[in-house]
Amino acid sequence: MLQSWVVVLGSFGYIGLLFAIAWYADRRARAGRSVIASPVIYSLSLAVYATAWTFYGSVGRAAHDGVGFLPIYIGPTLMILLWWFVLRKVIRVAKLARITSLADFVASRYGKSALLGGLVTVIAVIGILPYISLQLKAVASSFQIIFQYPEIVTGEKPGANPILQVTAFYVAMFMALFTIAFGTRDVDVGERHEGMVAAIAFESIVKLVAFLAVGAWVTFGLFDGFGDIFQRANERADLARLMTPLSADGALANWVWMTVLSMLAIVFLPRQFQVAVIENVEETHLKTAVWLFPLYMLAINVFVLPIAFGGLLAFPQGVDPDSFVLTLPMSKHMEGLTLLVFVGGISAATGMVIVETIALSTMVCNDLVMPILLRWKRMDIAARGDVTRLLLDIRRGAIVVILLLGYLYFVVAGEAYALVSIGLISFAAVAQFAPAFLGGLYWKGATRNGALAGLLGGFAVWFYTLLLPAFAQSGWFGMEVVKHGLFGHDVLMPTRLFGLDGLDHITHAMLWSMIANIGAFTLVSLTGRQSAAEHSQATLFVDVFTQTGERGVSWRTTTSASALQALLGRFLGPARAAELFLAYAAARGLNSTDDLDADAELLDFAELQLAGTIGAASAHAMVATIAQEEPLGMDEVMTIIDEASHVIAYSHTLEEKQQELEAATASLKAANESLKELDRLKDDFVSTVTHELRTPLTSIRAFSEILHDNPGIDAAERHRFLGLIIKESERLTRLINQVLDLAKLESGLAEWRTVDLDLREIVSDAVGTTSQLFKGQGVTVEARIPRDVPPVAADRDRVMQVMLNLLSNAVKFSAAGSGRVEVRIEAEGASVRVDVQDNGVGISREHQAAIFEKFRQVGDTLTQKPSGTGLGLAICRQIVARLGGRLWVESEPGRGSVFSFSLPLAAQPAGAPRMARA
Amino acid sequence: MSVRKRVLIAEDEDSIVASLEFLMRQCGFETRVARDGDEALACLEEFLPDLVLLDVMLPRRSGFEVCRYIRGQGSLRAARVLMLTAKGGSGDEARGLEAGADEYLTKPFATRDLVARARALLGVPAP
Repeated sequence: MLQSWVVVLGSFGYIGLLFAIAWYADRRARAGRSVIASPVIYSLSLAVYATAWTFYGSVGRAAHDGVGFLPIYIGPTLMILLWWFVLRKVIRVAKLARITSLADFVASRYGKSALLGGLVTVIAVIGILPYISLQLKAVASSFQIIFQYPEIVTGEKPGANPILQVTAFYVAMFMALFTIAFGTRDVDVGERHEGMVAAIAFESIVKLVAFLAVGAWVTFGLFDGFGDIFQRANERADLARLMTPLSADGALANWVWMTVLSMLAIVFLPRQFQVAVIENVEETHLKTAVWLFPLYMLAINVFVLPIAFGGLLAFPQGVDPDSFVLTLPMSKHMEGLTLLVFVGGISAATGMVIVETIALSTMVCNDLVMPILLRWKRMDIAARGDVTRLLLDIRRGAIVVILLLGYLYFVVAGEAYALVSIGLISFAAVAQFAPAFLGGLYWKGATRNGALAGLLGGFAVWFYTLLLPAFAQSGWFGMEVVKHGLFGHDVLMPTRLFGLDGLDHITHAMLWSMIANIGAFTLVSLTGRQSAAEHSQATLFVDVFTQTGERGVSWRTTTSASALQALLGRFLGPARAAELFLAYAAARGLNSTDDLDADAELLDFAELQLAGTIGAASAHAMVATIAQEEPLGMDEVMTIIDEASHVIAYSHTLEEKQQELEAATASLKAANESLKELDRLKDDFVSTVTHELRTPLTSIRAFSEILHDNPGIDAAERHRFLGLIIKESERLTRLINQVLDLAKLESGLAEWRTVDLDLREIVSDAVGTTSQLFKGQGVTVEARIPRDVPPVAADRDRVMQVMLNLLSNAVKFSAAGSGRVEVRIEAEGASVRVDVQDNGVGISREHQAAIFEKFRQVGDTLTQKPSGTGLGLAICRQIVARLGGRLWVESEPGRGSVFSFSLPLAAQPAGAPRMARA
Repeated sequence: MSVRKRVLIAEDEDSIVASLEFLMRQCGFETRVARDGDEALACLEEFLPDLVLLDVMLPRRSGFEVCRYIRGQGSLRAARVLMLTAKGGSGDEARGLEAGADEYLTKPFATRDLVARARALLGVPAP
């Protein structure tokens, strides 16, 4: 039955079925009824982890290492326990930033660095090539084996088997076509591939069923259950050894490292990232995957040891254990089972190749080719019309190239190692992403340069310790370097670096590459600085769960909304772009996209949409070309910091201003209080002046009216009344003059003619002037004037005013007849003092201060009220104070008063003789 | 023939006192002068005036106090009070009326006005 055509037809039939599933899923997705929006489908798609390597290679490794194959499945199981915490965060970030691939993720985290994205892509492609070649080898081998049916021929060297190489080439090219058809069929180059995921999930079922079928058949058909197989294996010394784990030297270290390696692989293999993160529909699907995926892993591993032992027991030496899964049913002529296993193997291989190459081609396109094209001015991508076609072509080209490279690797190094070992080389390569990826996810301080250094360091060590020996072992070039180290230095032996021995070469490579990677990453990150763009992305990634979903807006200049839409149209297709912009406008309550402002928010939106197609770094560069604004550079950061420091300085200034204001407020309050007090005093003054004015006016008016109304009033009375009118008029005039004088003095508007003044002269004149007044009151006045009095600096008229006021007061308060007034002049120190002493009523102590206030008259109430305005002494004090002197009184009631004032001496030229010598 | 009405003039300004005395006597009233608040109180009990021309700004005891005293004394119930002030503030008028003044005049006043009010308060018709 198993003729070649049956096998080929079966293969094509199976692939046709996959296409049908994919087509159906895509159609359903377009109709809005996604078939992959199911946690079970999601979990099954994760099982793309199980490749042809698992399908064939696990048995091979078990036949060689016994239970040593297990870490590769224990690792993912352990890792899955952490998924709810780690992967959920990754998914959240990826959705928020519209991440398209692993490289995109890393690039985006470190400030949308195109360089980093490119490096990750290169490492991923080179690292994954052995893995792809492994699939090609497995499929080609399975073809070759099944074509030999019913004979069983395995384990030939590639050099001796050109047919295998040709088959592998055909397989590679066929898979390229297949992948292109699956992943780049649509013009829609969005990041999600619903059809592909559905097909992968189906393939996961097929490979599991196939493997379980052959396992069950071997265990229960060829043998009598697990017990029988293990018992028989135990009877053979070489097989019993396989059942004891950790027996060999360094086995524990190998196990641990292998487990760690697999833990990292389940996250960082590009295809795992693709299905687990990019193709994830809902975060909650993880909850199912957390138990379903380990269950799948367990199921596909249950029969590994029985099949391995079964093969080793059933076959003589010479049959490649990697082929036991296929050759066992062949040996018993189980044609149906053989075909099922064959299809299962193809399933495992094609699933891996499709997802892996789609993921890689996306990376190559978005993070390697596009950035270069964007920087290549002559291409002028931004000015081209429809770029979607170009994008598809780049991806298709990338798929073909990757598979060709995988084929080349297979030709060059494919036979040097068993399947599992080839796979592990790839595991070790992608493990290099771990520090930059996980560090970037949890440590805000991780920098772009740190990530670059770590990746380069780790990758270099990986290349030197794993890839180089693989090439050498294949005989591609001499073994000298591997056997004796670089430049003949033993310490530089790729498989025994720095003398580290006793570990298998994968563990050895992992140890050194991780030391280099983590060391460089941490060291450079700690010593370096982040750019502003990096910092904002770091915050977005690390704090994704605590953020509100707002992205940091980094665009500042504007372009037109239509230009943006046109740009988007080139990458997404005009229809899709129009649709997106309309939705954006509608969400903002606008009817038309014409009303949209090309503000930072719209630019950000456009960048995000582009990122979903061409990756974060390219999208950023793309929008930068149209917005004609470079991304935030150091200069701008300095500007921002500068602005920030201005703000800080400003707030300091504000604080100071506030304190000043508070102080000013306090002093204003005080000033206001004193103003209020002054206002009150002014009101009092005005009120008092009014009163003082009204009083004489009252008399004047009253008598005028009396005289007017009584023409017949007798002459004596008329005379008396007219006298009162005259007296009150004089009082009124005096009052007005004094009020005006006081106002002038207080306001400082009074004119002063300060001259060198001889006080003896003033006193003599004043006494002379008032002599008549004294005589009239019967009061004697005496002036005691010394001969030698230095001149003072003062205004003559004003001093005279003070003297006259003091003398008239003395007369007023002295008793008629017995009154005696004495005036004295005395020079003392830098001033000259004048005393006016009377023997009148005196002033009590409590009134002594009050008499110098306005309108405060203290009279002898037993006698007549003193005539006067009550302003005289206030005016005198003002005058003396203005002249730089002092006016005061010393008195006791009943013993008279002494009013004194002192005035400062005039400035004298040195050596000048004292003037006014009598 | 009724008894002559008695008017107490409580005022400290001589010239004003002279004019008020003349005006009241011209009306045929008997006058007495008090030159400060204390003197006014002393006069009240003895003189029992029918009208008090009361200056607000009296020395020693203000016109308000004197007015309140008058209103507090049963014997002085019949006395009318005409307050005179040189302060023009409306607050003073209110205070004066509050203290029990019957009339309130601001200096300088029209003599005819004063006389008319005094007659009215005393219930003496104009001649």
